[in-house]
Amino acid sequence: MEPEKRSEALLSVRELRIAFDGVETVRGLSFDVRPREVLAIVGESGAGKSLTARALLGMLPRDATTSGTIRPDLAAHRGRRISLVPQDALSALSPVHPVGDQLAAAVRSVSGVSRKEARARAVAALDRVGIPDAARKARAYPHEYSGGMRQRAVIAMATINEPDVVVADEPTTALDEERRDQVLRVLAEQREAVGAALVLVTHDMDAVREHADRVLVMYAGHLTELGPADEVLGRPRAPYTAGLLASLPQHAPPGRRLPALRGTPPAPGALPPGCAFAPRCPLAADVCRAAEPEPQQVEGRLVACHRWAELPHPATELFQEQTAEEGEERQPA
Amino acid sequence: MSDALLEVRDLVVRYGEVTAVDRVSFSLAAGETLALDGPSGCGKSSTALAVLQLRRPSSGEVVFEGRELTALPERELRPLRPRMQPVFQDPYGSLSPRHRIRDAVAEPLKVQGRWSSTEGPARVAELLDRVGLDPSYGDRHPHELSGGQCQRAGIARALASEPRLLVLDEPVSSLDPSVRAGVLNLLADLQDDLGLGYLFICHDRAVVRHFADRVVEMRDGRVISG
Repeated sequence: MEPEKRSEALLSVRELRIAFDGVETVRGLSFDVRPREVLAIVGESGAGKSLTARALLGMLPRDATTSGTIRPDLAAHRGRRISLVPQDALSALSPVHPVGDQLAAAVRSVSGVSRKEARARAVAALDRVGIPDAARKARAYPHEYSGGMRQRAVIAMATINEPDVVVADEPTTALDEERRDQVLRVLAEQREAVGAALVLVTHDMDAVREHADRVLVMYAGHLTELGPADEVLGRPRAPYTAGLLASLPQHAPPGRRLPALRGTPPAPGALPPGCAFAPRCPLAADVCRAAEPEPQQVEGRLVACHRWAELPHPATELFQEQTAEEGEERQPA
Repeated sequence: MSDALLEVRDLVVRYGEVTAVDRVSFSLAAGETLALDGPSGCGKSSTALAVLQLRRPSSGEVVFEGRELTALPERELRPLRPRMQPVFQDPYGSLSPRHRIRDAVAEPLKVQGRWSSTEGPARVAELLDRVGLDPSYGDRHPHELSGGQCQRAGIARALASEPRLLVLDEPVSSLDPSVRAGVLNLLADLQDDLGLGYLFICHDRAVVRHFADRVVEMRDGRVISG
């Protein structure tokens, strides 16, 4: 495979493999995070995107076995050089300490500033993410915050030490649209303010369109497509990316029936021979069932597909004819 | 509207001193999808529970197939309940983890006295087939199914009661996009074939715009448009 140019990288992931009980869920993934970029990682449940994010942070479950490299080792400086915005803000905050104290403790864990200075920074950070009356709110406990305010407090926590990389793992999945917009805006502002790169794990394609510079599309633990977000979303080159985009109601052609990918992603450990997407792919040919495609350079992006050149644009009609009756999710796994 | 499948008038739901639903009115015809849209806590789900009479409203009327439900004692409500079925967001949480899919789908038939050992199993297989699941899935437990398959099984169970109205509370919100499209297509097919009315609760505007015939927007317990 052709890795990206290392010179541009803030963080280089090479041949990352993550396995549980000998079953690989991330299978040889290579990509870079560039300085100050927003890199979105998308894919369906089980594609390995959250595990990849956790690997960057050195926060994999204890029973995971890994190989490959992630350089430099920012995870050794978690909280200072790399930080996490999780999906569930409540779990990221301690219920028994005031929010301001938790932010101040985060400051003091990486620098020798005085308690007073740390407190002042905590209040300033809460103010920056738009918490009204921050000095007073800093003394309040997480349960006294609304859901949207808690999420902003977690963003303040993740950016207070001006890290190089912020990893946000499905930060808006549990939120309604109003709060989603607000959280994404605050996240983008704070990332910009501290000059960090943002790795945004999401299945919200609108968030990718609005905020990402580049997008990494994953399928069954593999890179499917990686490139500039506007180009990948505007003209996908991998059939999986095209199918994923076609199934979104915002892109649906008139009529009630949505284009849909047939079947479901394979379970880890039960991968088909060849390309893991082949059983669901309308373009699959013999070569796809014979060998797993490696990522190759296609017009300034990486695409892992034997048949990328055959993919029409738009590809919507490729996915149109497949109805539930024709086999979606019907094959016993 | 006399031909409405469901008509809700001035519905009020209070939890203690909190008014979760405040004089909400709308109507829904057979074969129609009406979406309730609004931010978290706006009263969408409380409205759904009150329509289903799973939570008795504080005041107001729920007229279903021409009968006003709020004044009916449970005994008279019971024969009507099968005709209005909920489908919830969490497909795993709404099916018992200890029962096989086939038993979950058979249960309404048995409870409603429509089970026979000769025709029952065939009816279950037919229902699974109807929602796009191979009948062999009947032998499995919920945790052996994907989220989309599990939601299909939940829909099959709802259909077993031969409902006229489905109350769909965020039915696709926990599903991946490609699986979500398949489940929405299935719901559209079922509506076309069976003339079901859908009360559709969803916070994803793109899904709402695509799927619903009409949208009622709620905020702070009130209808603000629709």
